[in-house]
Amino acid sequence: MLTLAIESSCDETSCGVIKDGREVLSNIISSQIDIHRRFGGVVPEIASRKHVESINLIIQEALDEAKVGFNDIDFISVTQGPGLVGALLVGLSAAKSIAYGLNIPLVGVNHIEGHVCANYIEHKDLKPPFVCLIVSGGHTYLIDVEDYNSYTLYGRTRDDAAGEAFDKVARAMGLPYPGGPFIDSLASKGNKEKIEFPRVFLDDKTYDFSFSGLKTAVLNYLNGAKQRGEEIVLEDVAAGFQQAVLDVLVEKSFRLSRELGRDKIVIAGGVAANKGLREMMETRGIKNNIGIFYPSPRLCTDNAAMIGSAGYYNYINGKTSPLDLKVMPNLSFLD
Amino acid sequence: MKVLGLDTSTLMTTCAIMDEDKLLGEFSLNLDMSHSEALVPMIKSLMDNLKLEMKDMDLFAVSTGPGSFTGLRIGVTTAKSFAHVFDKPIVGVSSLEVLANNILSDKAIVPMMDARRDRVFTAVYKREEDRFREILKPDAIEVMELIKFLRDNIDSAILNGDGCLVYKDTINSEIGEMISFAPGELNLSRGSSVARLGLLKYIRYGSDDYYTLAPDYLRDSQAERNLKLQR
Ligand SMILES: [Zn+2]
Repeated sequence: MLTLAIESSCDETSCGVIKDGREVLSNIISSQIDIHRRFGGVVPEIASRKHVESINLIIQEALDEAKVGFNDIDFISVTQGPGLVGALLVGLSAAKSIAYGLNIPLVGVNHIEGHVCANYIEHKDLKPPFVCLIVSGGHTYLIDVEDYNSYTLYGRTRDDAAGEAFDKVARAMGLPYPGGPFIDSLASKGNKEKIEFPRVFLDDKTYDFSFSGLKTAVLNYLNGAKQRGEEIVLEDVAAGFQQAVLDVLVEKSFRLSRELGRDKIVIAGGVAANKGLREMMETRGIKNNIGIFYPSPRLCTDNAAMIGSAGYYNYINGKTSPLDLKVMPNLSFLD
Repeated sequence: MKVLGLDTSTLMTTCAIMDEDKLLGEFSLNLDMSHSEALVPMIKSLMDNLKLEMKDMDLFAVSTGPGSFTGLRIGVTTAKSFAHVFDKPIVGVSSLEVLANNILSDKAIVPMMDARRDRVFTAVYKREEDRFREILKPDAIEVMELIKFLRDNIDSAILNGDGCLVYKDTINSEIGEMISFAPGELNLSRGSSVARLGLLKYIRYGSDDYYTLAPDYLRDSQAERNLKLQR
Protein backbone atom coordinates (compact mmCIF):
# COMPACT_ATOMS: atom_id res chain seq x y z
CA MET A 1 0.00 0.00 0.00
CA LEU A 2 1.68 3.23 -1.18
CA THR A 3 0.82 6.73 -0.06
CA LEU A 4 2.01 10.02 -1.45
CA ALA A 5 2.35 12.31 1.56
CA ILE A 6 2.39 16.10 1.55
CA GLU A 7 3.39 18.36 4.45
CA SER A 8 3.38 22.17 4.22
CA SER A 9 2.26 23.36 7.65
CA CYS A 10 5.11 25.80 8.28
CA ASP A 11 8.35 26.58 6.46
CA GLU A 12 9.21 23.14 5.07
CA THR A 13 7.76 21.92 1.80
CA SER A 14 7.97 18.16 2.06
CA CYS A 15 6.67 15.26 -0.02
CA GLY A 16 7.35 11.57 0.26
CA VAL A 17 6.26 8.10 -0.76
CA ILE A 18 5.68 5.67 2.11
CA LYS A 19 4.91 1.97 1.96
CA ASP A 20 2.60 0.38 4.54
CA GLY A 21 3.13 3.17 7.05
CA ARG A 22 6.68 2.13 7.92
CA GLU A 23 8.95 2.04 4.88
CA VAL A 24 10.17 5.33 3.44
CA LEU A 25 10.71 5.14 -0.30
CA SER A 26 11.37 8.88 -0.39
CA ASN A 27 11.12 11.85 1.96
CA ILE A 28 12.10 15.10 0.25
CA ILE A 29 12.33 18.12 2.56
CA SER A 30 12.82 21.59 1.12
CA SER A 31 13.51 24.00 3.93
CA GLN A 32 12.96 27.75 3.57
CA ILE A 33 14.86 28.51 6.74
CA ASP A 34 17.47 30.69 5.03
CA ILE A 35 14.75 32.87 3.53
CA HIS A 36 13.01 33.46 6.87
CA ARG A 37 16.15 33.96 8.94
CA ARG A 38 16.54 37.61 7.86
CA PHE A 39 13.07 38.30 9.27
CA GLY A 40 13.91 36.65 12.60
CA GLY A 41 11.17 34.06 12.26
CA VAL A 42 8.80 32.46 9.80
CA VAL A 43 6.80 35.00 7.76
CA PRO A 44 3.52 33.26 6.86
CA GLU A 45 2.94 35.08 3.55
CA ILE A 46 6.45 34.33 2.33
CA ALA A 47 6.21 30.71 3.46
CA SER A 48 2.98 30.30 1.49
CA ARG A 49 4.53 31.85 -1.61
CA LYS A 50 7.52 29.52 -1.47
CA HIS A 51 5.27 26.48 -1.05
CA VAL A 52 3.38 27.27 -4.28
CA GLU A 53 6.60 27.78 -6.20
CA SER A 54 8.12 24.47 -5.21
CA ILE A 55 5.41 21.98 -4.31
CA ASN A 56 5.02 20.25 -7.68
CA LEU A 57 8.78 20.00 -8.10
CA ILE A 58 9.07 18.40 -4.66
CA ILE A 59 6.22 15.98 -5.44
CA GLN A 60 8.01 14.91 -8.63
CA GLU A 61 11.30 14.51 -6.79
CA ALA A 62 9.56 12.30 -4.23
CA LEU A 63 8.08 10.11 -6.97
CA ASP A 64 11.39 9.91 -8.83
CA GLU A 65 13.39 8.96 -5.77
CA ALA A 66 10.82 6.29 -4.88
CA LYS A 67 10.96 5.12 -8.52
CA VAL A 68 7.17 5.19 -8.84
CA GLY A 69 4.63 7.19 -10.82
CA PHE A 70 1.31 8.78 -9.87
CA ASN A 71 -0.54 5.64 -10.96
CA ASP A 72 1.25 3.51 -8.37
CA ILE A 73 -0.13 5.61 -5.50
CA ASP A 74 -3.05 4.13 -3.51
CA PHE A 75 -4.04 7.19 -1.49
CA ILE A 76 -2.90 10.71 -0.60
CA SER A 77 -1.94 11.76 2.93
CA VAL A 78 -1.85 15.47 3.71
CA THR A 79 -1.43 17.66 6.77
CA GLN A 80 -4.77 19.23 7.68
CA GLY A 81 -3.44 21.20 10.67
CA PRO A 82 -2.30 22.61 12.96
CA GLY A 83 -0.09 25.12 11.20
CA LEU A 84 -0.07 28.35 9.20
CA VAL A 85 -3.34 28.61 7.32
CA GLY A 86 -1.89 29.90 4.03
CA ALA A 87 0.88 27.32 4.09
CA LEU A 88 -1.47 24.43 4.86
CA LEU A 89 -3.79 25.49 2.02
CA VAL A 90 -1.08 24.96 -0.60
CA GLY A 91 -0.43 21.36 0.45
CA LEU A 92 -4.12 20.63 0.81
CA SER A 93 -4.94 22.10 -2.63
CA ALA A 94 -2.31 19.91 -4.28
CA ALA A 95 -3.49 16.87 -2.33
CA LYS A 96 -7.16 17.31 -3.25
CA SER A 97 -6.30 17.94 -6.88
CA ILE A 98 -4.17 14.80 -7.12
CA ALA A 99 -6.63 12.62 -5.17
CA TYR A 100 -9.53 13.70 -7.38
CA GLY A 101 -7.49 13.53 -10.59
CA LEU A 102 -6.34 9.98 -9.84
CA ASN A 103 -9.67 9.04 -8.25
CA ILE A 104 -8.02 7.75 -5.06
CA PRO A 105 -8.81 8.45 -1.39
CA LEU A 106 -7.65 11.57 0.45
CA VAL A 107 -6.57 11.29 4.09
CA GLY A 108 -6.25 14.47 6.16
CA VAL A 109 -3.68 14.04 8.93
CA ASN A 110 -3.17 15.82 12.23
CA HIS A 111 0.40 17.10 12.10
CA ILE A 112 0.97 16.20 15.75
CA GLU A 113 -0.07 12.61 15.18
CA GLY A 114 2.48 12.67 12.36
CA HIS A 115 5.23 13.50 14.85
CA VAL A 116 4.23 10.49 16.97
CA CYS A 117 4.25 8.23 13.91
CA ALA A 118 7.75 9.35 12.88
CA ASN A 119 8.80 6.81 15.49
CA TYR A 120 7.12 3.94 13.60
CA ILE A 121 9.35 4.77 10.67
CA GLU A 122 12.51 4.99 12.75
CA HIS A 123 11.83 1.88 14.88
CA LYS A 124 10.34 -0.82 12.67
CA ASP A 125 9.32 -3.02 15.63
CA LEU A 126 7.87 -0.29 17.84
CA LYS A 127 4.24 -1.04 18.67
CA PRO A 128 1.77 0.59 21.05
CA PRO A 129 1.10 0.79 23.92
CA PHE A 130 3.60 3.41 25.10
CA VAL A 131 3.79 6.79 26.76
CA CYS A 132 4.64 9.58 24.32
CA LEU A 133 6.08 13.01 25.04
CA ILE A 134 5.47 15.39 22.13
CA VAL A 135 7.63 18.50 22.26
CA SER A 136 8.00 21.03 19.46
CA GLY A 137 8.01 24.74 18.71
CA GLY A 138 4.23 24.86 18.88
CA HIS A 139 3.21 21.96 21.09
CA THR A 140 3.86 20.13 24.32
CA TYR A 141 1.74 17.05 25.02
CA LEU A 142 2.09 14.06 27.29
CA ILE A 143 -0.10 11.23 26.03
CA ASP A 144 -0.71 7.52 26.31
CA VAL A 145 -0.72 5.70 22.98
CA GLU A 146 -2.96 2.67 23.61
CA ASP A 147 -3.05 1.60 19.99
CA TYR A 148 -2.45 3.01 16.49
CA ASN A 149 -4.86 5.95 16.23
CA SER A 150 -5.95 5.55 19.84
CA TYR A 151 -4.63 8.14 22.26
CA THR A 152 -5.40 9.51 25.71
CA LEU A 153 -4.25 12.99 26.64
CA TYR A 154 -2.74 13.38 30.12
CA GLY A 155 -0.84 16.65 30.00
CA ARG A 156 -0.35 19.72 27.84
CA THR A 157 1.21 23.12 28.20
CA ARG A 158 -0.89 25.83 29.77
CA ASP A 159 1.07 28.62 28.09
CA ASP A 160 4.22 28.45 25.94
CA ALA A 161 5.27 25.26 24.20
CA ALA A 162 8.67 23.93 25.27
CA GLY A 163 10.20 24.65 21.87
CA GLU A 164 8.75 28.15 21.92
CA ALA A 165 10.48 28.81 25.25
CA PHE A 166 13.75 27.62 23.70
CA ASP A 167 13.34 29.97 20.72
CA LYS A 168 12.40 32.99 22.85
CA VAL A 169 15.24 32.48 25.31
CA ALA A 170 17.65 31.99 22.41
CA ARG A 171 16.52 35.25 20.87
CA ALA A 172 17.07 37.08 24.16
CA MET A 173 20.56 35.58 24.29
CA GLY A 174 21.26 36.93 20.80
CA LEU A 175 21.42 33.49 19.16
CA PRO A 176 20.33 33.04 15.55
CA TYR A 177 16.89 31.73 14.58
CA PRO A 178 15.79 29.00 15.24
CA GLY A 179 17.47 28.96 18.62
CA GLY A 180 16.72 25.50 20.02
CA PRO A 181 19.75 23.68 18.60
CA PHE A 182 22.08 26.54 19.63
CA ILE A 183 20.87 26.36 23.24
CA ASP A 184 21.38 22.59 23.19
CA SER A 185 24.98 22.88 22.03
CA LEU A 186 25.80 25.79 24.38
CA ALA A 187 24.22 23.89 27.28
CA SER A 188 26.51 20.93 26.73
CA LYS A 189 29.48 23.22 27.45
CA GLY A 190 27.93 24.96 30.46
CA ASN A 191 27.44 24.29 34.17
CA LYS A 192 23.80 23.43 34.73
CA GLU A 193 24.03 24.02 38.49
CA LYS A 194 25.46 27.53 38.25
CA ILE A 195 22.16 29.34 37.76
CA GLU A 196 18.96 28.01 39.30
CA PHE A 197 15.79 28.61 37.30
CA PRO A 198 12.25 27.61 38.42
CA ARG A 199 10.76 24.21 37.60
CA VAL A 200 7.04 24.90 37.24
CA PHE A 201 4.59 22.17 38.30
CA LEU A 202 7.47 19.75 38.92
CA ASP A 203 6.04 18.33 42.14
CA ASP A 204 2.46 19.09 41.24
CA LYS A 205 0.02 16.20 40.69
CA THR A 206 -0.90 17.56 37.25
CA TYR A 207 0.70 16.29 34.07
CA ASP A 208 0.34 19.75 32.55
CA PHE A 209 3.32 21.98 31.79
CA SER A 210 4.02 25.69 31.99
CA PHE A 211 7.11 27.33 30.53
CA SER A 212 6.28 31.01 30.37
CA GLY A 213 7.39 31.69 33.98
CA LEU A 214 10.69 29.97 33.30
CA LYS A 215 11.17 32.02 30.13
CA THR A 216 10.50 35.23 32.09
CA ALA A 217 12.96 34.15 34.81
CA VAL A 218 15.70 33.73 32.19
CA LEU A 219 14.91 37.09 30.58
CA ASN A 220 14.97 38.75 34.02
CA TYR A 221 18.29 37.13 34.81
CA LEU A 222 19.80 38.38 31.53
CA ASN A 223 18.48 41.93 32.03
CA GLY A 224 19.56 42.02 35.69
CA ALA A 225 23.07 40.82 34.90
CA LYS A 226 23.36 43.37 32.10
CA GLN A 227 22.24 46.22 34.37
CA ARG A 228 24.63 45.21 37.13
CA GLY A 229 27.39 44.97 34.55
CA GLU A 230 28.04 41.34 35.39
CA GLU A 231 29.56 39.01 32.86
CA ILE A 232 26.97 36.67 31.32
CA VAL A 233 28.24 33.18 30.66
CA LEU A 234 25.86 32.10 27.89
CA GLU A 235 26.87 28.45 28.30
CA ASP A 236 25.78 28.46 31.95
CA VAL A 237 22.52 30.29 31.21
CA ALA A 238 21.72 27.80 28.44
CA ALA A 239 22.61 24.84 30.66
CA GLY A 240 20.56 26.12 33.61
CA PHE A 241 17.56 26.93 31.42
CA GLN A 242 17.65 23.68 29.48
CA GLN A 243 17.97 21.64 32.65
CA ALA A 244 14.92 23.37 34.15
CA VAL A 245 12.87 22.41 31.07
CA LEU A 246 14.19 18.85 30.89
CA ASP A 247 13.69 18.09 34.60
CA VAL A 248 9.96 18.72 34.24
CA LEU A 249 9.58 16.92 30.90
CA VAL A 250 11.48 13.84 32.02
CA GLU A 251 9.99 13.60 35.51
CA LYS A 252 6.41 13.74 34.23
CA SER A 253 7.03 11.26 31.43
CA PHE A 254 8.41 8.68 33.85
CA ARG A 255 5.70 9.34 36.41
CA LEU A 256 3.02 8.68 33.79
CA SER A 257 4.70 5.51 32.55
CA ARG A 258 4.87 4.26 36.15
CA GLU A 259 1.20 5.11 36.76
CA LEU A 260 0.08 3.31 33.58
CA GLY A 261 2.57 0.47 33.83
CA ARG A 262 4.07 1.22 30.42
CA ASP A 263 7.59 -0.04 29.63
CA LYS A 264 8.30 2.35 26.75
CA ILE A 265 8.60 6.12 26.49
CA VAL A 266 8.62 7.64 23.01
CA ILE A 267 9.75 11.21 22.30
CA ALA A 268 8.31 13.07 19.30
CA GLY A 269 8.50 16.55 17.74
CA GLY A 270 11.26 18.99 16.92
CA VAL A 271 12.63 19.13 20.47
CA ALA A 272 13.08 15.32 20.35
CA ALA A 273 16.30 16.18 18.53
CA ASN A 274 17.62 17.85 21.71
CA LYS A 275 20.70 15.90 22.86
CA GLY A 276 20.27 16.87 26.49
CA LEU A 277 16.72 15.51 26.51
CA ARG A 278 17.73 12.24 24.85
CA GLU A 279 20.61 11.63 27.23
CA MET A 280 18.58 12.38 30.33
CA MET A 281 15.73 10.14 29.18
CA GLU A 282 18.10 7.30 28.37
CA THR A 283 19.93 7.50 31.69
CA ARG A 284 16.64 7.38 33.60
CA GLY A 285 15.37 4.68 31.25
CA ILE A 286 18.24 2.34 32.03
CA LYS A 287 17.76 2.90 35.77
CA ASN A 288 14.01 2.26 35.60
CA ASN A 289 14.11 -0.47 32.95
CA ILE A 290 12.07 1.57 30.49
CA GLY A 291 12.83 1.58 26.75
CA ILE A 292 13.42 5.05 25.28
CA PHE A 293 12.64 5.73 21.62
CA TYR A 294 13.04 8.83 19.49
CA PRO A 295 13.41 9.56 15.76
CA SER A 296 16.66 10.48 14.04
CA PRO A 297 17.06 14.28 13.68
CA ARG A 298 15.75 14.33 10.09
CA LEU A 299 12.52 12.65 11.19
CA CYS A 300 12.17 15.02 14.17
CA THR A 301 11.76 18.01 11.91
CA ASP A 302 8.58 18.53 9.90
CA ASN A 303 8.61 15.97 7.11
CA ALA A 304 6.17 14.20 4.81
CA ALA A 305 7.16 10.65 5.75
CA MET A 306 5.66 11.01 9.21
CA ILE A 307 2.43 12.32 7.65
CA GLY A 308 2.43 9.29 5.35
CA SER A 309 2.82 6.95 8.31
CA ALA A 310 -0.02 8.60 10.23
CA GLY A 311 -2.07 8.65 7.02
CA TYR A 312 -1.59 4.90 6.62
CA TYR A 313 -2.87 4.08 10.11
CA ASN A 314 -5.83 6.42 9.58
CA TYR A 315 -6.54 4.84 6.23
CA ILE A 316 -6.51 1.23 7.42
CA ASN A 317 -8.80 2.31 10.26
CA GLY A 318 -11.28 3.62 7.70
CA LYS A 319 -10.63 7.32 8.26
CA THR A 320 -10.61 9.02 4.86
CA SER A 321 -11.54 12.64 4.10
CA PRO A 322 -13.97 14.30 1.70
CA LEU A 323 -12.81 16.64 -1.08
CA ASP A 324 -14.23 19.63 0.81
CA LEU A 325 -11.83 18.96 3.69
CA LYS A 326 -11.10 22.17 5.62
CA VAL A 327 -7.66 23.20 6.79
CA MET A 328 -7.57 23.49 10.58
CA PRO A 329 -4.82 25.96 11.54
CA ASN A 330 -5.67 25.59 15.24
CA LEU A 331 -6.36 21.87 15.21
CA SER A 332 -5.41 20.54 18.62
CA PHE A 333 -4.56 17.02 19.57
CA LEU A 334 -7.13 15.02 21.51
CA ASP A 335 -9.54 17.54 22.91
CA MET B 1 -9.48 20.67 -27.52
CA LYS B 2 -11.06 20.65 -24.04
CA VAL B 3 -9.99 23.38 -21.66
CA LEU B 4 -10.68 23.57 -17.92
CA GLY B 5 -10.59 27.19 -16.73
CA LEU B 6 -10.68 28.20 -13.10
CA ASP B 7 -10.48 31.42 -11.13
CA THR B 8 -10.25 31.99 -7.38
CA SER B 9 -8.74 35.47 -7.44
CA THR B 10 -11.81 37.12 -5.90
CA LEU B 11 -14.66 35.92 -3.66
CA MET B 12 -16.10 34.12 -6.68
CA THR B 13 -15.22 30.45 -7.07
CA THR B 14 -15.66 29.64 -10.74
CA CYS B 15 -14.76 26.85 -13.15
CA ALA B 16 -15.74 26.06 -16.71
CA ILE B 17 -15.03 23.52 -19.40
CA MET B 18 -14.84 24.69 -22.98
CA ASP B 19 -14.31 22.69 -26.14
CA GLU B 20 -12.58 25.23 -28.37
CA ASP B 21 -15.14 28.03 -28.67
CA LYS B 22 -18.04 26.07 -27.21
CA LEU B 23 -18.89 26.36 -23.54
CA LEU B 24 -19.81 22.88 -22.25
CA GLY B 25 -20.53 23.98 -18.71
CA GLU B 26 -19.70 26.49 -16.02
CA PHE B 27 -20.23 26.57 -12.26
CA SER B 28 -19.78 29.74 -10.24
CA LEU B 29 -20.50 30.64 -6.64
CA ASN B 30 -20.24 34.17 -5.35
CA LEU B 31 -20.15 33.22 -1.69
CA ASP B 32 -17.83 34.31 1.05
CA MET B 33 -16.65 30.74 1.59
CA SER B 34 -13.28 29.13 1.36
CA HIS B 35 -12.09 28.37 -2.16
CA SER B 36 -10.25 25.42 -0.69
CA GLU B 37 -13.52 23.79 0.37
CA ALA B 38 -15.52 24.77 -2.70
CA LEU B 39 -13.18 24.43 -5.67
CA VAL B 40 -12.39 20.75 -6.18
CA PRO B 41 -15.92 19.51 -5.28
CA MET B 42 -17.28 22.10 -7.73
CA ILE B 43 -14.96 20.90 -10.51
CA LYS B 44 -15.92 17.30 -9.73
CA SER B 45 -19.59 18.14 -9.90
CA LEU B 46 -19.13 19.91 -13.24
CA MET B 47 -17.17 16.95 -14.63
CA ASP B 48 -19.74 14.44 -13.34
CA ASN B 49 -22.60 16.38 -14.93
CA LEU B 50 -20.77 16.47 -18.24
CA LYS B 51 -19.76 12.80 -17.89
CA LEU B 52 -16.14 13.86 -18.28
CA GLU B 53 -13.02 12.97 -16.33
CA MET B 54 -9.96 15.02 -15.57
CA LYS B 55 -7.89 12.94 -17.96
CA ASP B 56 -10.17 14.08 -20.82
CA MET B 57 -8.88 17.65 -20.45
CA ASP B 58 -6.28 18.85 -22.96
CA LEU B 59 -5.38 22.14 -21.34
CA PHE B 60 -5.64 23.73 -17.90
CA ALA B 61 -6.09 27.49 -17.60
CA VAL B 62 -5.96 29.42 -14.34
CA SER B 63 -6.00 33.04 -13.25
CA THR B 64 -2.60 33.85 -11.80
CA GLY B 65 -3.43 37.27 -10.43
CA PRO B 66 -3.61 39.84 -9.17
CA GLY B 67 -6.19 39.21 -6.47
CA SER B 68 -6.54 37.56 -3.09
CA PHE B 69 -3.11 36.10 -2.28
CA THR B 70 -4.59 33.02 -0.65
CA GLY B 71 -7.22 32.58 -3.37
CA LEU B 72 -4.57 32.75 -6.09
CA ARG B 73 -2.47 30.10 -4.40
CA ILE B 74 -5.42 27.71 -4.12
CA GLY B 75 -6.34 28.11 -7.80
CA VAL B 76 -2.79 27.95 -9.12
CA THR B 77 -1.83 24.94 -6.98
CA THR B 78 -5.00 23.09 -7.95
CA ALA B 79 -4.51 23.71 -11.68
CA LYS B 80 -0.77 22.94 -11.58
CA SER B 81 -1.43 19.65 -9.83
CA PHE B 82 -4.03 18.57 -12.41
CA ALA B 83 -1.57 19.41 -15.19
CA HIS B 84 1.20 17.62 -13.32
CA VAL B 85 -0.77 14.41 -12.72
CA PHE B 86 -1.71 14.09 -16.40
CA ASP B 87 1.39 15.80 -17.80
CA LYS B 88 -0.79 18.22 -19.78
CA PRO B 89 -0.18 21.86 -20.73
CA ILE B 90 -1.15 24.67 -18.38
CA VAL B 91 -1.54 28.38 -19.02
CA GLY B 92 -1.72 31.20 -16.50
CA VAL B 93 -3.84 34.19 -17.46
CA SER B 94 -4.22 37.64 -15.94
CA SER B 95 -7.22 37.88 -13.63
CA LEU B 96 -7.65 41.49 -14.79
CA GLU B 97 -7.98 40.36 -18.41
CA VAL B 98 -10.48 37.76 -17.21
CA LEU B 99 -12.60 40.58 -15.78
CA ALA B 100 -12.10 42.77 -18.87
CA ASN B 101 -13.30 39.87 -21.02
CA ASN B 102 -16.82 40.45 -19.63
CA ILE B 103 -17.02 43.76 -21.52
CA LEU B 104 -17.53 43.99 -25.28
CA SER B 105 -16.83 47.58 -26.23
CA ASP B 106 -14.54 49.89 -28.19
CA LYS B 107 -14.12 52.09 -25.13
CA ALA B 108 -11.31 51.66 -22.66
CA ILE B 109 -12.02 48.80 -20.24
CA VAL B 110 -10.93 49.23 -16.64
CA PRO B 111 -11.19 46.14 -14.42
CA MET B 112 -10.70 47.00 -10.75
CA MET B 113 -10.13 44.74 -7.76
CA ASP B 114 -10.11 46.14 -4.25
CA ALA B 115 -6.58 45.94 -2.83
CA ARG B 116 -7.61 47.74 0.40
CA ARG B 117 -6.31 50.98 1.91
CA ASP B 118 -7.57 53.08 -1.04
CA ARG B 119 -5.71 50.92 -3.51
CA VAL B 120 -6.92 48.82 -6.40
CA PHE B 121 -5.42 46.17 -8.61
CA THR B 122 -6.18 47.56 -12.02
CA ALA B 123 -5.18 47.97 -15.63
CA VAL B 124 -6.59 49.87 -18.61
CA TYR B 125 -7.23 47.86 -21.76
CA LYS B 126 -8.50 48.40 -25.28
CA ARG B 127 -9.90 45.47 -27.21
CA GLU B 128 -7.95 44.74 -30.38
CA GLU B 129 -9.39 41.78 -32.29
CA ASP B 130 -9.02 38.88 -29.85
CA ARG B 131 -6.47 40.45 -27.54
CA PHE B 132 -6.26 43.23 -25.00
CA ARG B 133 -3.87 46.11 -25.60
CA GLU B 134 -2.52 47.52 -22.33
CA ILE B 135 -2.99 51.29 -22.04
CA LEU B 136 -2.01 51.03 -18.37
CA LYS B 137 -0.07 47.98 -17.23
CA PRO B 138 -1.52 45.86 -14.38
CA ASP B 139 -0.55 47.45 -11.07
CA ALA B 140 -1.60 48.04 -7.48
CA ILE B 141 -2.19 51.80 -7.35
CA GLU B 142 -4.18 54.32 -5.37
CA VAL B 143 -7.67 54.99 -6.66
CA MET B 144 -6.88 58.72 -7.07
CA GLU B 145 -3.87 57.83 -9.18
CA LEU B 146 -6.06 55.73 -11.47
CA ILE B 147 -8.63 58.53 -11.69
CA LYS B 148 -5.92 60.96 -12.70
CA PHE B 149 -4.60 58.56 -15.33
CA LEU B 150 -8.07 58.11 -16.83
CA ARG B 151 -8.75 61.86 -16.84
CA ASP B 152 -5.44 62.59 -18.59
CA ASN B 153 -5.38 59.73 -21.10
CA ILE B 154 -8.84 58.39 -21.87
CA ASP B 155 -11.98 59.80 -23.51
CA SER B 156 -14.43 57.30 -22.13
CA ALA B 157 -14.18 54.06 -20.21
CA ILE B 158 -16.22 51.18 -18.79
CA LEU B 159 -15.34 50.11 -15.26
CA ASN B 160 -16.01 46.71 -13.72
CA GLY B 161 -14.91 44.46 -10.86
CA ASP B 162 -15.59 44.69 -7.11
CA GLY B 163 -13.07 47.53 -6.82
CA CYS B 164 -15.14 49.97 -8.85
CA LEU B 165 -18.09 49.43 -6.51
CA VAL B 166 -16.04 50.10 -3.38
CA TYR B 167 -14.90 53.49 -4.73
CA LYS B 168 -18.02 54.28 -6.77
CA ASP B 169 -18.80 57.62 -5.06
CA THR B 170 -15.28 58.97 -5.38
CA ILE B 171 -15.05 57.92 -9.02
CA ASN B 172 -18.45 59.40 -9.86
CA SER B 173 -17.67 62.75 -8.28
CA GLU B 174 -14.25 62.99 -9.97
CA ILE B 175 -14.80 61.61 -13.49
CA GLY B 176 -18.50 60.60 -13.53
CA GLU B 177 -19.14 62.18 -16.92
CA MET B 178 -16.57 60.12 -18.82
CA ILE B 179 -17.08 56.64 -17.37
CA SER B 180 -19.82 54.09 -17.00
CA PHE B 181 -20.14 51.19 -14.58
CA ALA B 182 -20.80 47.69 -15.89
CA PRO B 183 -24.01 45.94 -14.85
CA GLY B 184 -23.66 43.98 -11.61
CA GLU B 185 -23.26 40.48 -13.06
CA LEU B 186 -20.35 41.65 -15.24
CA ASN B 187 -18.30 42.54 -12.16
CA LEU B 188 -17.54 38.89 -11.49
CA SER B 189 -14.87 36.62 -12.95
CA ARG B 190 -15.92 33.63 -15.05
CA GLY B 191 -14.25 30.30 -15.57
CA SER B 192 -15.26 30.48 -19.23
CA SER B 193 -13.25 33.69 -19.69
CA VAL B 194 -10.23 31.97 -18.16
CA ALA B 195 -10.66 29.00 -20.49
CA ARG B 196 -11.05 31.24 -23.55
CA LEU B 197 -8.10 33.51 -22.75
CA GLY B 198 -6.04 30.48 -21.75
CA LEU B 199 -6.64 28.74 -25.06
CA LEU B 200 -5.77 31.89 -27.05
CA LYS B 201 -2.58 32.33 -25.05
CA TYR B 202 -1.68 28.66 -25.46
CA ILE B 203 -2.11 28.83 -29.24
CA ARG B 204 0.04 31.97 -29.36
CA TYR B 205 2.78 31.20 -26.85
CA GLY B 206 2.51 27.53 -25.86
CA SER B 207 2.37 26.06 -22.39
CA ASP B 208 3.66 27.43 -19.13
CA ASP B 209 5.62 25.07 -16.87
CA TYR B 210 3.48 23.24 -14.30
CA TYR B 211 6.44 23.02 -11.97
CA THR B 212 7.27 26.71 -11.83
CA LEU B 213 4.02 28.54 -12.64
CA ALA B 214 3.31 30.87 -9.70
CA PRO B 215 0.81 33.59 -8.85
CA ASP B 216 1.49 37.11 -10.07
CA TYR B 217 0.72 38.97 -6.84
CA LEU B 218 1.80 42.44 -8.06
CA ARG B 219 2.69 43.21 -4.44
CA ASP B 220 5.49 42.10 -2.16
CA SER B 221 4.51 40.65 1.19
CA GLN B 222 4.17 43.14 4.08
CA ALA B 223 7.37 41.79 5.65
CA GLU B 224 9.38 42.40 2.46
CA ARG B 225 7.95 45.91 2.09
CA ASN B 226 8.91 46.70 5.68
CA LEU B 227 12.41 45.37 5.11
CA LYS B 228 12.81 47.56 2.00
CA LEU B 229 11.60 50.61 3.95
CA GLN B 230 14.18 50.00 6.65
CA ARG B 231 16.99 50.11 4.11
ZN1 LIG C 1 5.94 19.89 13.57
